[in-house]
Amino acid sequence: MNASIFGFIFTMWILILLGGGLLVLFIGPISFAASVDIDPLLNSGIKVFIALFLIFVWVFILTKIKNWIFKKHVNV
Amino acid sequence: MEQLIIAAIITIIIGFFSVYALTPIVIKALEKRNVTVIDVNKKEKTLVARPGGLSIIVGVISSLIALYFFFPVVEILAIAITSGLAFLVGIIDDRKTMGGWFKPLALAFCAIPIILLGAYDSNLDFPLFGSVKIPMLYLALIVFMIPITGNTFNSIDVLNGVVSGVSTIAGFALSISLFILNNYEMAIACLLLAFISLAFYKYHKFPSKIFPGDSGALVFGAMYGAIAIVGHVEVIAAVIILPAIINSFLFLSSVKKIVEHRQIKNPISHTEDWKLKSTNENHTPITLVRLLVARMPLSEKQIGFEIFKLSIFSGILGIITAFLMGVELS
Repeated sequence: MNASIFGFIFTMWILILLGGGLLVLFIGPISFAASVDIDPLLNSGIKVFIALFLIFVWVFILTKIKNWIFKKHVNV
Repeated sequence: MEQLIIAAIITIIIGFFSVYALTPIVIKALEKRNVTVIDVNKKEKTLVARPGGLSIIVGVISSLIALYFFFPVVEILAIAITSGLAFLVGIIDDRKTMGGWFKPLALAFCAIPIILLGAYDSNLDFPLFGSVKIPMLYLALIVFMIPITGNTFNSIDVLNGVVSGVSTIAGFALSISLFILNNYEMAIACLLLAFISLAFYKYHKFPSKIFPGDSGALVFGAMYGAIAIVGHVEVIAAVIILPAIINSFLFLSSVKKIVEHRQIKNPISHTEDWKLKSTNENHTPITLVRLLVARMPLSEKQIGFEIFKLSIFSGILGIITAFLMGVELS
């Protein structure tokens, strides 16, 4: 009956796995220190900013899915 | 292994039966003092005792102290202190409804004992890909985690039996995950949460004889969050409570600000046969319950079981995630 909500949970799970992968494989190892003389704290700050941007993208995707599910349910 | 089994049995008995025996006494005491609220989803407008946090915290603290005698590790102390502080925050909110920012801020302070006791590991583990070391950022994560889990459990406390049922399912799923990861002491601590929630569910299930209130729901959430941090299973814990997180997410993305949930318009109304249906009013938030009844009205009991099905599904995803922790793609 609520297959779309189960789908929503499954999508969130996949996004968590993908987000973890991006963090560990790409964002974590980024270092600007090799090319530019940069404070390690600033280096971490930039990585945090990228991670926050990713969270924003994730939330945006989930909001779109949520609106789609609700409209679909209401229109039935 | 024998000591683990004995510790598990003894502490579960203490936790489960203290809540099971104390809750009826708390119900009587609250009813005698007219500390009751109207159950808005009942046609008869039944009065229900609230809050039941006292019996929950007695179960939590007594069983954790017993567990500490078996395994004197700071992690167990951290869980007990954090849960106790969350109870105090909840009881303040039960007595006087505070503003929307009170609980997140006060719960952030509840996380401080975890930091002071050093009961954490600053590596954040992800399934399939390994871990990232984030020493400074992890401190912020601890401070955020307790308010998030506390408020997430609190916001799902909308219908009879839901928060205690979800806490039971989440407790068992996280405990299984901790056993899979060979973290036995924390697995037993999480089993305590599951059995304490189950004991409270006996009185909280439809039709409720008692509501946990903020003091009860925040203890469930804070204990769950503390176990996630000290047990080093943050990602798995988040996956397991996805239905409750979705509820908070739906609420926040609709309201677009942090407010006390009692201060907003109810997104649910009733049909003539007293089933719950989505309201036609604009500007009411989309919550998990509203999403569940958007297609057709459901009874309170039916909605509770739908939420439990979603919780079991996310619990299974959490256990799969625990298995994936041991697998690395690279």
